[in-house]
Amino acid sequence: MKGNLINSQLLLPCIKPIPLLFLAVFGLSLLAMPAATWVTISIAGLSMGAMLFVMSSGMTLIFGLMGILNMAHGAFITLGAFIGASVFISLRSVGDGLGELADLALLLPAILVSSLVCALLGYLFERLIIRPVYGDHLKQILVTVGGAIVIEQLIQVFWGPNEIPLPRPEMLRGSFIIADIAIQKYRILAVLIGLAVYWSMLRVINHTRIGLLIRAGVENPEMVEALGYRIGLVFVLVFIAGAALAGVGGVMWGLYDEMITAQLGEQLLVQVIIVIIVGGLGSIQGCMLAALLVGLLSSYMSYLLPALAPFSSIGLMLAVLMWRPQGLIPIMKT
Amino acid sequence: MIKFLKNALHNLLSASYPQSKMLAALLLLVAVALSFAPFLFQGTVAYNTYTKICIFIVLVASYDMLIGYTRIVSFAHTMFYGIGAYAMAITLKQLGPQWSSVMVGLSLGLIVALLAALLIAVFSLRVQAVFFSMVTLAIASAFAILISKLYTITGGEDGMIIRTPQEIGPAFKLVAEKVLGFDVIQFIAAASIDPSNVERHFEAAFFKFYFNGKTVLYYGIFTLSTLLFLLMLRWMNSPFGRVLQAIRENEFRAQALGFSTVYYRTLNVCLSALVAATAGAMTALQLKYVSPDVTLSFTIMVNILLMVVIGGMGTLYGAVLGVSLFVLAETYLQDLMAVVYSKLGEDFVWAGLFNPDRWLLWLGVLFILSVYFIPRGIVGELRYRAEGRRIKAAGLVKDDQL
Amino acid sequence: MAQENRRESAAKPLLSLSGVHTHIGHYHILAGVDLQVYPAEIVVLLGRNGVGKSTTLRTIMHLWQASKGNICFDGSDITKLSTSQVARRSIAYVPEDMGVFSKLTVQENMHLAAREAPLNSERLDWILTLFPTLQKYWQLEAGNLSGGQKQMLAIARAIVEPRKLLIIDEPSKGLAPAMINQLISALQKIQQENSSILLVEQNLHLAQRLADHVYVMDEGRVVHSGAMSHLLENKRLQQQLLGLYFDPLTQHSAEENGQSTAALQSS
Repeated sequence: MKGNLINSQLLLPCIKPIPLLFLAVFGLSLLAMPAATWVTISIAGLSMGAMLFVMSSGMTLIFGLMGILNMAHGAFITLGAFIGASVFISLRSVGDGLGELADLALLLPAILVSSLVCALLGYLFERLIIRPVYGDHLKQILVTVGGAIVIEQLIQVFWGPNEIPLPRPEMLRGSFIIADIAIQKYRILAVLIGLAVYWSMLRVINHTRIGLLIRAGVENPEMVEALGYRIGLVFVLVFIAGAALAGVGGVMWGLYDEMITAQLGEQLLVQVIIVIIVGGLGSIQGCMLAALLVGLLSSYMSYLLPALAPFSSIGLMLAVLMWRPQGLIPIMKT
Repeated sequence: MIKFLKNALHNLLSASYPQSKMLAALLLLVAVALSFAPFLFQGTVAYNTYTKICIFIVLVASYDMLIGYTRIVSFAHTMFYGIGAYAMAITLKQLGPQWSSVMVGLSLGLIVALLAALLIAVFSLRVQAVFFSMVTLAIASAFAILISKLYTITGGEDGMIIRTPQEIGPAFKLVAEKVLGFDVIQFIAAASIDPSNVERHFEAAFFKFYFNGKTVLYYGIFTLSTLLFLLMLRWMNSPFGRVLQAIRENEFRAQALGFSTVYYRTLNVCLSALVAATAGAMTALQLKYVSPDVTLSFTIMVNILLMVVIGGMGTLYGAVLGVSLFVLAETYLQDLMAVVYSKLGEDFVWAGLFNPDRWLLWLGVLFILSVYFIPRGIVGELRYRAEGRRIKAAGLVKDDQL
Repeated sequence: MAQENRRESAAKPLLSLSGVHTHIGHYHILAGVDLQVYPAEIVVLLGRNGVGKSTTLRTIMHLWQASKGNICFDGSDITKLSTSQVARRSIAYVPEDMGVFSKLTVQENMHLAAREAPLNSERLDWILTLFPTLQKYWQLEAGNLSGGQKQMLAIARAIVEPRKLLIIDEPSKGLAPAMINQLISALQKIQQENSSILLVEQNLHLAQRLADHVYVMDEGRVVHSGAMSHLLENKRLQQQLLGLYFDPLTQHSAEENGQSTAALQSS
């Protein structure tokens, strides 16, 4: 079981499987629908993937580095959505009539506050709930499930059990029309945000000392400690970052659906889990690829075979578990 | 004679004794209460409560087979439960409310549950145990969506109402006249509030009820549940169970000894699924109604987790105590919460914490606290203390060096 | 090689373990270990498999918690310090599996070990003269290195900044004989730099050439402590402690040479 670093070169000597996979997905769907529709749906899929990436990247890093399956990750997503929504809605009512640009700009503090609160909660969660049972996988799944329930219920205590509508700023409504193809404005923003997060994470992971510590820690946390670094601190930082990202993802999704409910995170958790398994636990690149794949598949299927659409991602997960259980980009030993 | 009884007990419990006097007493209490439940507790709420306790003891014990004996957290248990319930419901609807339909429904449920268990095992037992948890969550969620989508057969989100065979319906009377019962709860409550009139309360506690189809159903469920529980005791204390425990302690060594962990784990998942499906079938017959909320919701999964953790993982008896405590609390504590909530008034912000709809919040807190402070569960703690007393009594000193 | 007089003349040991016990679960692995390492000294820990040599090293690094006893380093008690704190006292650890990060390049492995970043270029040059192959594979992911090269990297990493004490667990394991010579010369140069080295070794040839002082362990305790030169002279002691002989003439232990040499020696 040790170090199953299956190099893609070994599986198919001439062809790399991942680009081939994407080519197949894009190509087959292009054949199945008119080109204009294909562009619209592909962008829908990419934007969904981008949001999924933002939500999942934290969880995959946390698992890769600390071996912690944080079942409360969904609750952080929900919390982020609610806090962002509250901040945005209240700022909006205060700054009413300031114009469309101001309306859009109010998103920034909403996202910021949301990520900060989630980061703080992440810190408390790691300290109080996870650290006492660190190392015991069973207990850690149990307490994070418990924590998820508590957070979700507290959200309902403070915000009520009903859904909260979250209308987008004016500037993000509607679509661009380019050559007869409708491209929703919000989707473009989602993709941009997703790419920005992706790029920043890769920069930190590959070009900073903390990134070095994280990469080394994923492999051998004991040795990192023996080199004189407090790996525990690195863990906490990663957890906080993961929680903050979950919050941001929650806000993004909330704006996409224009509606948030207390069960938002619970439903998305399943998708997040599928993404991190397909991508390979602990791998940021894998997570991005998997998220895009899940988003694209889901969108194409919604158009082509709507009855099967909810099962497309789980089908993908089962296929990956059968063919390449360590995920698209393997890091962890299976 | 005594030897015969001892032998019988040994075989019945598959040599898995409570190992604690307190535990044995509690278990006996539960067993007696359940055996004579229709005669001891009056009313519909009580009926639903003790029937649910029987069914859930089986459901939670079957979950203990997974979490207690192999330390794997599965989130698909409600799926198996739901499969059993829906199979029964759909069959009864399609084939009519006869006993043959019940048999067919049960068999269908068992077959589908077995297939689902194999699916899960094949995909996730090849890799790390933590994958199992995630995969079960995904598959269970997909199943719930499936049930929702196939609303023409399953009734979708609204669920299905079922007609059951006449013999287990309220109209059927096994005994023509009403039968005598003694309401224990009423007696104890009245006697504690007003101890001076004990005799009067004693007389007032007697009640009469019809031994009808519902009572027959209860005894059917009770018998089946008892049999299943004893069967699980037997499984877990057989060589099969020992191998599972060996795998739990040290997987590598078990493999080195030649045991295929995949085979044993798969078998365990399948057996657990079959029992869970049977519990689902019983629930369908009892409630005469199935819906995703009642059988598949994540809340039920969390309830099961809580019951097994509080009761004690890896003990099977933990299911008995955990379920009894939990179901009683769920039924009666929520009423208490409602009282507190109404007293606090809606203006008070923190009143929301006592809203009976927020029952889950306290469950979650209790759950986390149990994992920290009573990780062995009630049964585990009782056994641990009993063992400590035994060691002291035998004059053995704990060897620090060992 | 034999600088045993350094021991007598030196004031205080750099590292000293007294009465150290370690329990791992139910097992009592170390049952009272006493040993000292003096400044600029190479000490070797010998013994059969499973006697607790690796556990001793891990206990010093606090990867296992000592249940009893004291560990003193450079004048202070480090028994209760965490692993990272122990490392920061200027102790470098090279575990048995080398602890090389396979997904990081050679350069990144070295960078990580250099806590007072950045890498001092003079020192780096010196290290690369000790281990030339590292230069060649500087940008390669360390997982692609051979076993011997990984060992070189692990030791290079340990000395990327000057450390007072190096703790190395079986450095010669799996190394080709030619590489062992390279290893020996590197370790000697490190000693000349005024670092001490505590070595667990099975390879008696290497132990012979490097060690100033030797401890032999058995069943969780130190059963012999003495100068390497002393042990080399005393064949009966060698036989008693280790079950075989050092052979100074051919520079191989009798075990490696086969039974015939042993027969010759015993007559």
